[in-house]
Amino acid sequence: MSAPVVIVGTGLAGYNLAREFRKLDSETPLLLITADDGRSYSKPMLSTGFAKNKDADGLSMAEPGAMAEQLKAEVRTHTRISEIDPGHQQLWIGEEAVPYRDLVLAMGAEVIRVPVPGDADDAIFSINDLEDYARFRTAAAGKQRVLLLGAGLIGCEFANDLTLGGYQVELVAPCEQVMPGLLHPAAAAAVQAGLEGLGARFHLGPVLASLNHQGDGLAAQLSDGTLINCDLVLSAVGLRPRINLAAAAGLATNRGVVVDRQLRTSHANIYALGDCAEVDGINLLYVMPLMACARALAQTLAGNPCAVSYGPMPVTVKTPVCPLVVSPPPHGLQGEWSVEGSGADIKALCHDSSGALLGYALTGAAVQEKLALNKRLPVLLA
Amino acid sequence: MRKWQCVVCGFIYDEALGLPDEGIAPGTAWDAIPADWLCPDCGVGKQDFEMIEIA
Repeated sequence: MSAPVVIVGTGLAGYNLAREFRKLDSETPLLLITADDGRSYSKPMLSTGFAKNKDADGLSMAEPGAMAEQLKAEVRTHTRISEIDPGHQQLWIGEEAVPYRDLVLAMGAEVIRVPVPGDADDAIFSINDLEDYARFRTAAAGKQRVLLLGAGLIGCEFANDLTLGGYQVELVAPCEQVMPGLLHPAAAAAVQAGLEGLGARFHLGPVLASLNHQGDGLAAQLSDGTLINCDLVLSAVGLRPRINLAAAAGLATNRGVVVDRQLRTSHANIYALGDCAEVDGINLLYVMPLMACARALAQTLAGNPCAVSYGPMPVTVKTPVCPLVVSPPPHGLQGEWSVEGSGADIKALCHDSSGALLGYALTGAAVQEKLALNKRLPVLLA
Repeated sequence: MRKWQCVVCGFIYDEALGLPDEGIAPGTAWDAIPADWLCPDCGVGKQDFEMIEIA
């Protein structure tokens, strides 16, 4: 009985890698290990649960038992790896040694937490997986007012979803526009206006300075002195790749677990993909690059070494009140932005000095132009 | 004409509209789309779509 291919993590990366691998190899033993309940779900769909009135069970796609059967694999849930032992090609789960033929790290990213003064720091929720979503849904039942921390992609998606779900949302972030770093200001203004039109309120500039219990609710004070009474707080201030296990084992890590174009880490027989991985210097927290990596790594694990390549990968943001597609210029490339349109329909394009398209941000009706524009975008990893 | 929704990202393929920019003519049935076609928004395969009721 040969040692299995072991995949750590059963998010979209872990389960999709397993599926792609099984298309090529139906015999090599496969073991998936996850710290959560092992249910298959789509992380992007967590930003749509309130509008669709779906609880965690409704967003769950398959139980781990069903996944194990479909994948002809063993799935160990609620299990944490103690350490990776690259020298002996094994993992430790407490006192149990688990040998691997190949190890794939697909642990994803974790939320960044900023401690908040006051007695209610423990009343701050985050939603980064299905179990988090279940907890938040339970806590939010029957409540009215949500204070949302963070105005990035996830913060805006939650603001839209919670508002559609009937909640009063106030959003706080220490920036001048929504999705800074990702969006041209004109597009950001369109999204913010759309959300404000739904009733969301923005406090851009200050941070949450303190949070205290007050009666049945919470009293939040911002750094600019604003007082906000709310029922619960949802934090979406950023994500960082989970690199601790890899770093502790001596694997090269940077922002993410460092891998090459074949998804190989610095140590033999250990790979990484998904939100936790930094592929040829690029760490992306989206599904499209994850799928490209899953297909390439499956080939490599099946004995056919394959380098991943990334074409243009525009990001569709789930703010239905203001449809938005954004393809930021590749890191390091400089260009000039031009903006057409007004109000909710913004077409912001970035061209380099030779007139080639580098990136775009499209809102409202301008989104319809995305497929034509995609053909002119540069590839991210050739 | 039916609509198919990607269960991972929510993208909707409407058979009546097709995807002309990808060479899929309006009216193209789901089954007629090549098996290796990928969701244009997130890259998952056809097996990750399900049919949804026409609104």
